[in-house]
Amino acid sequence: MSHSTEALSAHDVSHVDGHGHGHADGEFAHAASLSMLFSVFFALLGLTVLTVWQSTLDIGEAELWVTLGIATVKAGLVILFFMHLLWDKPLNAIAFLSSIIFVSLFLGFTLMDAHGYHNTVEMKDTFEASLPPAPAAVPESAPATGMAPTT
Amino acid sequence: MSDISIPGSGHVDDHSHDHPAWLAHHFDDAEQQFDAGKLGMWLFLVTEVLFFSGMFCAYALYRSLHPEIFEFASQFLNAKLGAINTGVLLFSSLTMAWAVRAAQLSQHKLLVCMLAMTLSCAAVFLGVKAVEYTHKWDLGLLPAGMYITQGVAAPHHSQWLSVLCIPAGILGVGFAAWYLFALVGRNKFQLEIAGPLLVSALCFFGGVGLGVFLESGESHGAGHSAGHGAAHSDHHAATDDHAHGDNHDHTTVVDHLVAASIPGQSFPQDVFVDPKRVGVDKPHINQRGQAGIFFGIYYCMTGVHAVHILGGMAVITWLIVKAARHEFHSKYFGPVDNVGLYWHLVDFIWIYLFPLLYLIK
Repeated sequence: MSHSTEALSAHDVSHVDGHGHGHADGEFAHAASLSMLFSVFFALLGLTVLTVWQSTLDIGEAELWVTLGIATVKAGLVILFFMHLLWDKPLNAIAFLSSIIFVSLFLGFTLMDAHGYHNTVEMKDTFEASLPPAPAAVPESAPATGMAPTT
Repeated sequence: MSDISIPGSGHVDDHSHDHPAWLAHHFDDAEQQFDAGKLGMWLFLVTEVLFFSGMFCAYALYRSLHPEIFEFASQFLNAKLGAINTGVLLFSSLTMAWAVRAAQLSQHKLLVCMLAMTLSCAAVFLGVKAVEYTHKWDLGLLPAGMYITQGVAAPHHSQWLSVLCIPAGILGVGFAAWYLFALVGRNKFQLEIAGPLLVSALCFFGGVGLGVFLESGESHGAGHSAGHGAAHSDHHAATDDHAHGDNHDHTTVVDHLVAASIPGQSFPQDVFVDPKRVGVDKPHINQRGQAGIFFGIYYCMTGVHAVHILGGMAVITWLIVKAARHEFHSKYFGPVDNVGLYWHLVDFIWIYLFPLLYLIK
């Protein structure tokens, strides 16, 4: 890999090659093609429509996994193509994948444990406490607001 | 002497060696600088993923333990607005990736344009979000201990949306004034910055308008079905499989609340409005300690996400200023690329947030 200023001044910087192929003369990180960007975008839109549509179906317990599956495909498209990870140096991909591995450990172990405990904290019935404050006695008064942060 | 001439980046120092202004001293060449910056940004993104995973863990845990709370509370989220926000954010990812491409190809004007579009999409997202939040505040759908039982009090319109629009309005007026001054002074550089900022402020109000239009359309459009809804809720009141009932129309609950507040009729004070009658037939969920859990998680996750959007908007604005100075080209586009990575991560988080919060059956 040539270094120092000789390589920098040796070649033209404002080329018009739409795809930026190759690594000739110290060129790095080729520019994404517009067709790639747009096709990924429309794929993402399509998957969004799909995920909204499948939520209107009634598939019971599988719904969560289908949803997560579609979301992961969308996320994969964003990461590989929009974030350019497919063409990037492997170390960046390793860094990102390691975060996913640790998140899996985090959620996995916590969820494994979740149903292993008897609820020692009894949920107090707070229905009455959640009711909105009683309005003023006079019927013609303005209705009491139902929300806590009053203006 | 380097024959890369970039206006506005004159490099004046007394170093004996010779390097372009955009190449930091401690790097050998442009590629090394780029790679180092990129790895640094990916490591930051790792911390962001772990940061959000804490909240996703809370979500997973509480949903696993109380699925009925999540099914009940998710009805109040407007899936249409959520889907629109998803589309807007996906489009902003496209324009951001395009901006990176423009920077790599030294297409200066296109770069500013794409960054401006990304900023505007972010503003639309926040506008829709403002409507969603204030609509929930009106209904008393507040986090945790502040949650108000649904179906009892008539919802009313508060001034919260106007309050949220004030800072955007101030910024918009400021940007418009700046733009006019730049126009009059024929200052092209300032025009290139003030223009995108003004458009973004306007897009915030566009998002607010879109949200208001869709929210009110849903309530009014479904208002006539209130009669049917009441009949349905009586039918299903006795059964417990509410999840498999006529839950497809999320507006059933909300429009009953609207129907309950018939104009001209005084607020029912001594009559306890039976939640069953208004379709909200889960008093054991429809209370502070239960449904409030969902909304605590909802506001925390979407709120922190919105803070990240705001941060991203600030950084993109900084990029627009630099791009207007033509500081980016095919050997120096790292900042654009790295901000792009951050922005795609914000989109990545929303890709998971949307179905998990809005589309629970």
